Amino acid sequence: MHDKTLTQLAASLKSGEFSSRELTAHFLQKIEKADSKLNSFITVTGEQALKQAEAADNARAAGETGILTGIPLALKDIFCTRDVKTSCGSRMLDNFIAPYDATVVEKLNAAGTISLGKTNMDEFAMGSSNENSHYGPVKNPWDLTAVPGGSSGGSAAAVAAGLVPAAMGTDTGGSIRQPAAFCGITGLKPTYGRVSRYGMIAYASSLDQAGPMARSAEDCAHLMNVIAGHDVRDSTSVARGVPDYTDTLNAPLSGLKIGLPKEYFGDGLDPDVESAVREAVKVYESLGATVREVSLPHTHYAIPAYYVIAPAEASSNLSRFDGVRFGHRCKDPVDLIDLYKRSRAEGFGEEVKRRILIGTHTLSEGFFDAYYTKAQKVRRLIRQDFLDAFEDVDVLMGPASPTPAFDLGAKKDPVSMYLQDIYTIAVNLAGIPGISVPAGLAGGRPVGLQILGTHFAEAQLLNVAHQYQQATDWHLQLPAFAEEYA
Amino acid sequence: MQWETVIGLEVHVQLATRSKIFSGASTGFGAEANTQACAVDLGLPGTLPVLNEQAVAMAVQFGLAVHSEIAEVSVFDRKNYFYADLPKGYQTSQMYHPIVGPGEVEITLEDGTNKRIRIHHAHLEEDAGKSLHEDFMGMTGIDLNRAGTPLLEIVSEPDMRSAKEAAAYLKAIHSIVTYLGISDGNMAEGSMRCDVNVSVRPKGQEAFGTRAEIKNVNSFRFVERAIAFEVERQIELIEDGGSVVQETRLFDPERDETRSMRTKEEANDYRYFPCPDLLPVVLDEAYLDHLRGQLPELPADKRARFQNELGLSAYDASVLSASREMAEFFEEVHHVCGDAKQAANWVQGELAGALNRENLSITNSPISARQLGELVSRVVDDTINGKAAKQVFQALWNGQGDNADAIIESKGLKQVTDTGAIEAMIDQVIAESPAQVAQYRDAEPDKRGKMIGYFVGQVMKASRGTANPQQVNGVLKAKLDALL
Repeated sequence: MHDKTLTQLAASLKSGEFSSRELTAHFLQKIEKADSKLNSFITVTGEQALKQAEAADNARAAGETGILTGIPLALKDIFCTRDVKTSCGSRMLDNFIAPYDATVVEKLNAAGTISLGKTNMDEFAMGSSNENSHYGPVKNPWDLTAVPGGSSGGSAAAVAAGLVPAAMGTDTGGSIRQPAAFCGITGLKPTYGRVSRYGMIAYASSLDQAGPMARSAEDCAHLMNVIAGHDVRDSTSVARGVPDYTDTLNAPLSGLKIGLPKEYFGDGLDPDVESAVREAVKVYESLGATVREVSLPHTHYAIPAYYVIAPAEASSNLSRFDGVRFGHRCKDPVDLIDLYKRSRAEGFGEEVKRRILIGTHTLSEGFFDAYYTKAQKVRRLIRQDFLDAFEDVDVLMGPASPTPAFDLGAKKDPVSMYLQDIYTIAVNLAGIPGISVPAGLAGGRPVGLQILGTHFAEAQLLNVAHQYQQATDWHLQLPAFAEEYA
Repeated sequence: MQWETVIGLEVHVQLATRSKIFSGASTGFGAEANTQACAVDLGLPGTLPVLNEQAVAMAVQFGLAVHSEIAEVSVFDRKNYFYADLPKGYQTSQMYHPIVGPGEVEITLEDGTNKRIRIHHAHLEEDAGKSLHEDFMGMTGIDLNRAGTPLLEIVSEPDMRSAKEAAAYLKAIHSIVTYLGISDGNMAEGSMRCDVNVSVRPKGQEAFGTRAEIKNVNSFRFVERAIAFEVERQIELIEDGGSVVQETRLFDPERDETRSMRTKEEANDYRYFPCPDLLPVVLDEAYLDHLRGQLPELPADKRARFQNELGLSAYDASVLSASREMAEFFEEVHHVCGDAKQAANWVQGELAGALNRENLSITNSPISARQLGELVSRVVDDTINGKAAKQVFQALWNGQGDNADAIIESKGLKQVTDTGAIEAMIDQVIAESPAQVAQYRDAEPDKRGKMIGYFVGQVMKASRGTANPQQVNGVLKAKLDALL
């Protein structure tokens, strides 16, 4: 069962080949056996999952089913779940149990999916390697000495290892696409505003977006059908109709105009990654697409702009973790200031503190215009770059990351870590959707092809990705680790 | 040296929405601690604000009432600081693009002249919770019921020049927001609070002096007292060779003084930036027109109408239009009795006096506007005289009857206007008062007018107060003069 896509499992559940309880028990067993090696889960909710699975089987028997009824999933530990710990990868929230479900969780529950648990992540989604988790790093199932990427590293590793058919991630600067690329799975970051952020612990509110991580684009389409849409509880979610994302998966690609941003193929790009991406582009040409080079001239400003805007918002978003109402509280505070200082000093990890400091500084009197205001101007220019490009082409393609997964502990310097997100970050600044699909291996580690579309072009991205996956089988390849623990 | 006081006010008005500005929790006052705070108000991770449309409408109504420009686009910003009763570590406010732009309010000064006080802007924000420092054995309790209550902060220009002007401005704001029904204006419950910026400068100097900000003053009286103290303190300081430092001060009503809270150097850097969880508020002309059409008659318009159409004095018009409740009461009395001047006299005289004595507000008056109107109409149509009317008023006040007519009937207070009956009573009084008649006859003619009072009193007594006093007066004078 572990080598099947979510779409295939849904068909099997429908045909009665196995029950949801059997399927759920199978994956729980795999987690039990294999996850001590990967550390992809922070919390496994086996008992609750089996109960949900039974309910799903009963619903199926009663004929009240949707396509995803009884499908086991995992949730990045950033989505609030009623009665189940939501840590956000932080010591700060190691004791936090939300009294409510995030909208995404509510929708997935309503669709009859089963949650197997909460996946590991970089603390407060700040990181590109999953090494910033209070619960320890996650290993890449393709190579246990490599990182899975981040911040949704637990979700990516769990799906790649066959511990769960699909998982939910979030993406603020590449946190779905980069780990999907590193772990050889398919991950979609939707348009900002397409999926509700309610109940998703905020890192950088104007950039955060939830999305599916699974084996195939088709799987992602099914999940998008469940989670996309306007939510009155999130003012930034967009009131716009949601198509059936599976309807257009098979639209032919002849005449598709692909742009290759020249800035995405420059210095620092690993040659093996480049050749894998160029091979993938050739597949598209064989499917009838035309390819041209385009330019996104402000690309090199994306990382600096991001590291002003995201920490600024984070410094404010994370102020609520003060030890007063929930979360970590230091022992025996002598007064309020002591309570704040020690609770936060003890509760937050190094990278989170670094970004809070950066953000606090850039918002300070005398620096605000030079940093924040200017970064917002850059952000508008970056957005315009994309809009201009989409005047000429339908989608953009390039690598999701300049290198394949790097070794655990390899990036000691924060800036070299930040540079990992060079191809993903601008997408969040522009608010457009992007998908990473497996496109080969480099040195035994997966390479991700990133496909970008204009705002609300998710259906098109899924179609373009799905057609590639009809023509290739990179997305079906599993790491040896998955077989070992099968 | 002659000093001039310069005052600007920041008035925080709690808007009377049913639910909070960014959540669905109730805004009711006085509930058990933390029972009206939902996940959003607690700042739980993952929660998001959703703007309450009613709060926007109320802010706009205020803006329209003070002739402000309403911003087509206004933006919520985060004001970041740590405090135990500030759940998110920031207050959502409007720093750079407030919803209400420059406007003005007219106040009436003691000498009856009017003065315009300019409003710099007004913005929407959320209230914080409350820290409770008592009853927790040296610890601090936090009540978040108030957290997220919508506030409209109305910031004036430094246009006031005395404590009295500041109080008049505050009253004008109070009267506008209560007329609009956008706040209950209850200062004791904190529905209206204000920060007072005070500075002094030598008379004739154009540049402002250094100001002190007095935080959280919560009554009209305290505003006057805090300013009076602060002005004196600043003048003394300067005259002694010192200088005023820019600082935040606190008014202590028990000691009647202001005390330093923090200086400018200790002030927070609030690191304002646009709140990424909320969209800009975009208002179109149709929406503004819709709200404009719903505005009630405002105090200034009412005052003008009372004066111009009802013929009331400037003073009466101003007092009767000061609060919506007072104006509505007066208008109902007038509507029932049909005589504006009599209605004004009764509302401000007998009724206001009685309410004052028992420390009641007009909304708690034991006599309804209709009852008072019916009573006044019996005065207007001469059914009873003024003296009897006061008896009827007292009876109504004490609940000894439902309406004036029933009381007049049961107490036999109907005015006697029968000339024959009055003449008979006069004749008897004259017959029984030979000494007084002799005095009257012997007096200088210009003294006689006063002496007639005795006879009038006797006749009124004989009629148990029911005789028409004017009539008695006329007939008596004729009869006494006939004896000369």
